[in-house]
Amino acid sequence: MLPVAAALALLALPAVLTPYGHDLVVRIAIYAIFALSLELLVGMTGLVSLGHAAFLGVGAYVPVLATGGGAAASLAWLLPAAVGAAAAYALFVGALSLRTKGVYFIMVTLAFAQMAYFVFHDTKLGGGSDGIFLYAKPVLAFGGSPWVDLDDKHHLYYAVVAALVFTYGLLALLARSRFGHALTGIRVNEQRMRAAGFATYGYKLAAFVIAGALAGLAGFLLAVKDGAVNPELLSWHESGAVLLMIILGGIGSLRGAVVGAIAFTLLKELYQSEALLGPLAGHWQLTLGFTIIAFVAWMPKGLTGLRWPGAGPGHG
Amino acid sequence: MDFATFLVQCLNAVQYGLLLFLVASGLTLIFGIMGVINLAHGSFYMLGAYLAFGLAPLFGQQFLTMLTVGVLLSALFGFVLEWAFFSYLYQREHLQQVLMTYALILVFEEARSLVVGNDVHGVQAPQWLAGSFALGGLMAYPWYRVFASVACLVVALALYWVVNRTRLGMMIRAGASNRDMVRGLGVDIRMLYRVVFAGGVALAALAGMIAAPLSSVYPGMGGSVLIICFVVVVIGGIGSISGALVASLLVGFVDTFGKVFFAELSGIGVYLLMAVILVWRPEGLMKRGY
Repeated sequence: MLPVAAALALLALPAVLTPYGHDLVVRIAIYAIFALSLELLVGMTGLVSLGHAAFLGVGAYVPVLATGGGAAASLAWLLPAAVGAAAAYALFVGALSLRTKGVYFIMVTLAFAQMAYFVFHDTKLGGGSDGIFLYAKPVLAFGGSPWVDLDDKHHLYYAVVAALVFTYGLLALLARSRFGHALTGIRVNEQRMRAAGFATYGYKLAAFVIAGALAGLAGFLLAVKDGAVNPELLSWHESGAVLLMIILGGIGSLRGAVVGAIAFTLLKELYQSEALLGPLAGHWQLTLGFTIIAFVAWMPKGLTGLRWPGAGPGHG
Repeated sequence: MDFATFLVQCLNAVQYGLLLFLVASGLTLIFGIMGVINLAHGSFYMLGAYLAFGLAPLFGQQFLTMLTVGVLLSALFGFVLEWAFFSYLYQREHLQQVLMTYALILVFEEARSLVVGNDVHGVQAPQWLAGSFALGGLMAYPWYRVFASVACLVVALALYWVVNRTRLGMMIRAGASNRDMVRGLGVDIRMLYRVVFAGGVALAALAGMIAAPLSSVYPGMGGSVLIICFVVVVIGGIGSISGALVASLLVGFVDTFGKVFFAELSGIGVYLLMAVILVWRPEGLMKRGY
């Protein structure tokens, strides 16, 4: 019931939001999609990827490169193109990196993300290290009149909320499906799943591609929201941050990923706020670093793993 | 490309590869023996470079003394860090190790910014290593780069000797192949871990100190080295020192000649090499052989 209530609250929210709050909520919702996509890999399938930002970045660069300096392109083909490109890169990375396991997998995914980073950072393709602007935001028009114009901030808001609901719903369905159960089985004991006749490599690859595609969706929305992209979207700091979100919220549940995205974005906002922390705000990496260490050391189950004292084992 | 240019590029490739080996060997040992994935290893390289920047004015022409002092300081730092922080990571899952060491990078970077600021610095090579020698008429090769290669080679040989010929090395090899058995046989495994970790930190810091006069000393310099070292470890096989050596040289050649032939796409060559190796041998060239 809680996710539905939260979605309804999100729909009513723009009426009371300041421009700053509006932007913050949109950013959090996009990062929630990104965190959810990684939760499919880490939480459900047990694959710790440290290169997930690559797919966010690919999804973000596609609309910018495809539009160029030209007029607004149609959402109807731009969105599938962005998601498709992210999925295609995920297919390439997944096919190779899933040949490895455990700590190798962590390092290989990181290395492939870095490869994508260098493509955008070193070549003139995407404006090099400065990035590139998206001048005309995508629209969806029927018979001449635009139905959805992502340049309008209310349209963008509802598009992002719709994408979040879609992602959450899709993953919730996946988790209940036969496919989702197979992924859980692979996480718990891959050897046994293979012995039971499951082609585990194919299942893991499918999960990897779906996760990449959803991260591409988040990237697409992020590019449209900011109106600009730069290679830092693909940097490993971004990959580390999203991993942090899902562990902050609590691994093993979809709401954990959403809670983590909210908590991480707000935490970063707090540590960077000069009004609240004064000169310490200039050194937000220090405070964030110590918070992460303390958090992982003492609360490995995340925020959704918190229980009131004496409440007994929970069922979240 | 004439022969002299080719020779210079080969020397550069070997020098870069050997430098990478110093960082990667520590990383692969720490993973092979303690099972800890350490994202902060690049920070030790950065620590070394900044140590060189800080110590160089104090020691003047006594470059070798400076290196020795730097290595001792960083080994001490590694020893304390293992005791205070890393010893708590061994029982944790990989995911938690990734996050804790990721957080450590943030802390190190900010500490660096507080202590020495965010400027790019240069470190002078000592006078007795300044200058260069002629190579085939037109080209000249700096003596300092020769020194860097030789120094790394000496350290690599010393490492090989320690791991294969000493009692400590015997315990390290045993620890890498069967941790519990070594503990069962009465080796003080906690001390062994601490020594190996301190050694890994010292190796990475030494690489940073040697590299400081070659490249500038700048913020975030640890990150790029770390990821290249991951590539080296993946190619060479986790826990294998000889694998790390072969892989470092391979990466050195691919990167150097990539820059010569495909300047714009040079950043990608190393990763493509890794992709090929993954298709061919997913467990690395030498899986845990010494």
